[in-house]
Amino acid sequence: MAEKIKHHLTPDILMAYSAGTLPEAFSLLVAAHVSLCDACRAEAESYDTVGGALLDDQNLETEAMAAGSLDATLSLIADGRIELPKTPAKTDATFPAPLQDYVGGGVSAVKWKPVGMGVKQAILKTSSEATARLLFIPAGAAMPDHGHNGLEMTLVLQGGFQDEDDYFARGDVEIADSDLHHTPVADIHEDCICLAVTDAPLKFTGLLPKLAQRFLQI
Amino acid sequence: MFIGLDTAPKLSVSGHQTQYRVGSEAATSVQARKKVGSRNVSKDGADSARMQWVDHMRRIRDAQDKAAFSELFGHFAPRVKGFLIKSGADAGLAEECAQEVMATVWLKAHMFDPSRASVATWIFTVARNRRIDILRKQRRPEPEEMTWGPQAEPEQDDVVGLQQECELLSKAMQDLPEAQRELIQKAYFGELSHSEIAQATGLPLGTIKSRLRLALDRLRHAMK
Repeated sequence: MAEKIKHHLTPDILMAYSAGTLPEAFSLLVAAHVSLCDACRAEAESYDTVGGALLDDQNLETEAMAAGSLDATLSLIADGRIELPKTPAKTDATFPAPLQDYVGGGVSAVKWKPVGMGVKQAILKTSSEATARLLFIPAGAAMPDHGHNGLEMTLVLQGGFQDEDDYFARGDVEIADSDLHHTPVADIHEDCICLAVTDAPLKFTGLLPKLAQRFLQI
Repeated sequence: MFIGLDTAPKLSVSGHQTQYRVGSEAATSVQARKKVGSRNVSKDGADSARMQWVDHMRRIRDAQDKAAFSELFGHFAPRVKGFLIKSGADAGLAEECAQEVMATVWLKAHMFDPSRASVATWIFTVARNRRIDILRKQRRPEPEEMTWGPQAEPEQDDVVGLQQECELLSKAMQDLPEAQRELIQKAYFGELSHSEIAQATGLPLGTIKSRLRLALDRLRHAMK
C-alpha cells in the first residue's frame, strides 16, 4: 500500500460506489483503486457510514419479518447454504485483488487481442451498462486522440502515461468526461497497463481511428 | 468512557429501542437508564446502544450466541427488509434476502471490525451487496481486505471513538432539512444513478461533510 497516488476518485463516485448504484465496470475500477489507496478506502468507508445511519434511522419504514423467519435464518446458518465469497486473491505487482477475480489470475492470464501499433486490449466481462477493458500500451506509444461521449476512467496498473495536463503512475486514476480531448502517451521507460472503463463509446477524431473503433468495440 | 463492554447484560430488543429513541431527551433518558438497572450507560444513551450492538457481534463471533443474534435480528432484519422493498424488491424476495443478509452477518461475524464500522454500517454493506446481486443481477467487486495480522483486536479507544462518530453523523443527518435527507435516501436506496448523484446540487454532501471528515480521520487512524 505504499503507492504514492496523486490522482484520486471523486466524492460522487465514491458515494455511488458505497450506495451500490455504479455500473459493475466502474465498481471494478473503484475496488481496484481502493485496494491500492488507503485515502480513498477510508473515504469510501465513511460513505458506508451514511448508509448505516439510514438503515438505523428511526424514521425508516421497517417491514415486519414473516412468522418463523428467525428460525428459518438459524437453519440457513446451520446448513451451510449461504455462499460466502471465497478467500480473495492477494494484490500482485500489477493487478489489485478484485481485478484478478475478473481476469482469472495475473497478467499472464490475460487474453490480449492486438488492436494495432502494438496496443493490445482485453475486455472484461461485466454488466452491459459500461465497459471495462485492460489496455496494454507499449512504452512510448500514443493512444489514438479521442474525446468522450460519456464518462471514462482510467486506472494505471503498470508503467505510466502522460497526457496534455499531467502524469499518471500506478494507482492513479484519470477521470475524463465529454469536455476532455486527449492523447495519452505511455511512459518511455516501461510498457503501460491500464484498466479503462467507459459508459459510452469513445469518439475518435480521425478517419482511421473511426474504422479502428469498429474492431476495438470502443 | 465505556467500561461495561464485557459485562453488558442481555437486553430485550424493545428495551433497546426505547433507549435508542429517547437518547437525546435528558428527562426520559434517566428513566431509560433506571429501567435497564446497573448497566453502565454513558450520558448519551444512543452511543451505548451502538456499543451494545458491537458487543452482540462479539458474542455471536466468540460464542455463537443465539440470544444475541435473536436481538440483533429483531432490530435489524425488519430494517433490512424495509430497505430492500424501498429498493424495488417485492415482499417475498425482500423476506428471503433479509434472511440471507442476517445469516451472512452471523457467518461473517469474524470479519466485523468495530474500529472501522458500526454494526448498522456493516449490516448495510452486506444488505447493499445482496441487493446488487439479486436486484441488479451484477457482481459487486470489493477491494482487497486489509490484513490486521492474526487475531488482532482493535484498540478499545478506536472502537469507542468510531462508534461515537457514527452516532454524531446519524444526528447530523437527522438534523438535515427533509428535502436533503430524502435526496441522500434516494441515492442510497438506488433511486439515483451515479451521474444523478454528481449532478444533484441539493445533495448536502457539504452539510454532512464535517461529520464525514471526522469519521474519515478516525478511519485513517484505524488503518495505520
